[in-house]
Amino acid sequence: MLCQECQQRQASLHFTKIVNGQKTEVHLCEECAREKGETIQGTNSYSIHDLLSGILKFDKPLKDEASTSYTKAPKPLVCDNCGLSYERFVKTGRFGCTHCYEAFETKLDPIFKKVHSGNLRHYGKIPKRSGAQMQVQREIDEERLKLKESVAKEEFEKAASIRDYIKELEQQMKPKGEEG
Amino acid sequence: MSLERFISNALSPWMKEESGAEKDIVLSTRIRFARNLNDYPFPIISSEHSAETLRSFVSKELTESSESFAGSLELLNMEDLSKNEKTMLVEKHLISPHLAERSTAGAVLLNEKESVSLMVNEEDHLRIQCLFPGFQPEEGLRFANELDDWVESKVTYAFDEKRGFLTSCPTNVGTGMRASVMMHLPALVMTKALNRFLPAINQLGFVVRGIYGEGSEALGNLFQISNQTTLGKSEEDIVEDLQGIVLQIIEQEHEARRSVLKTSRIQIEDRIFRSYGILSNSRIIETKEAAKRLSDVKLGIDLDLINDIKGNILNELMILMQPGFLQQYADQPLEAKERDVRRAALIRERMKIEPR
Repeated sequence: MLCQECQQRQASLHFTKIVNGQKTEVHLCEECAREKGETIQGTNSYSIHDLLSGILKFDKPLKDEASTSYTKAPKPLVCDNCGLSYERFVKTGRFGCTHCYEAFETKLDPIFKKVHSGNLRHYGKIPKRSGAQMQVQREIDEERLKLKESVAKEEFEKAASIRDYIKELEQQMKPKGEEG
Repeated sequence: MSLERFISNALSPWMKEESGAEKDIVLSTRIRFARNLNDYPFPIISSEHSAETLRSFVSKELTESSESFAGSLELLNMEDLSKNEKTMLVEKHLISPHLAERSTAGAVLLNEKESVSLMVNEEDHLRIQCLFPGFQPEEGLRFANELDDWVESKVTYAFDEKRGFLTSCPTNVGTGMRASVMMHLPALVMTKALNRFLPAINQLGFVVRGIYGEGSEALGNLFQISNQTTLGKSEEDIVEDLQGIVLQIIEQEHEARRSVLKTSRIQIEDRIFRSYGILSNSRIIETKEAAKRLSDVKLGIDLDLINDIKGNILNELMILMQPGFLQQYADQPLEAKERDVRRAALIRERMKIEPR
């Protein structure tokens, strides 16, 4: 089949556009597809978002629409910082600001589970400045595990020094001015 | 103008470096972090004013500081660039198509080696990207982490104890990291063995795609392998998994090369030298064919069948033959048909003047 654009080369890109139920078949060659780069690039990156928003919508039970006519419509979920509604988030697959994470918190677990193979919690890097407290907390958790091990092995001297270290770390966790 | 530097050569300085392992199969390694600031809305809903404010704040912090990282960073604002200049930066993988076409107050900060690219107001406030020649995921992560720490010393990141680095798209939350490797896999394509690995790779939370990112076709047997999961796994673990997968694929590609040579040596040689002949002599060539032929020639170089061409010809010509670069060389906009002619001329020339 020849490319519908240049009528010269073989069409290698075939797809069907459906806009408002209107089906259009598109056959382009590599070159013309590139030429139309913007639209093709657009469709490509959108397809990922569409997919994502498909996943997001998934957590909405299908009967929702039907039941709303009988019961009072629930208050729409909206981020009070940027004004993005949960509905819009589902549509675009994008948060509007960092506060949206808090605003939509109750809805996020099933979404993250799907997108990140079941994972819900961050286990990676902690930034030095905004995560200083968390860094210490993680170290405390690790030291507590070591303490348990030492006690189990009856290495009491070692356990005592770990315990002192944990105390020291806990001291660091207290806000300044509360020391002593 | 400082932009000249970034668009005058198809091959970025970092690509010419000697370092990096497994260079016959792995062309480059990339580590990218998505980072955001707390007090600004994300770029997709940001007002022009707010996007401008963010850009001037970030670019001031990162360019005017006394101690800078990886050499001084050069700031390029998107609205100051022509359409074709932006296209060329995309072709060199220095900026994303999204930044070039759809950003408001978008900018990129580049170092001299072009190994560091900091995009501002892309999908996230900051996209920190580091590029390395060959296969070096661990070194790459170490360097990217240092760069990330340096940026964090200038601006405060949005970070949540439970969810990690907060990003505009839920697919990036957590580490915000995408680690990817670009591989040339002609023998696995020839033997149709690559398709067999794809499901296993997906199961480990990684994806394989063409070289120009999401949805793009695998031109010239070049594939990009990157992590999909960013939450629940540490950066080191992700990089370690990527390393394991890539080493396996390298091994399989070597194995496939050995086996095709064993069973059909003369056919392979014929294919390679035919492609060499076409690239050296053709007068009209399309991107797809050129990429395919270049892949053959690169394989010929790797197999020591072709000795008079530089090994990184594939890297260079894959970028040089894209529309943006062709138009820059021609110094005028070109129709698709004209580009095919220019492309053929450019490749012919390169095949002659690039002896090893």
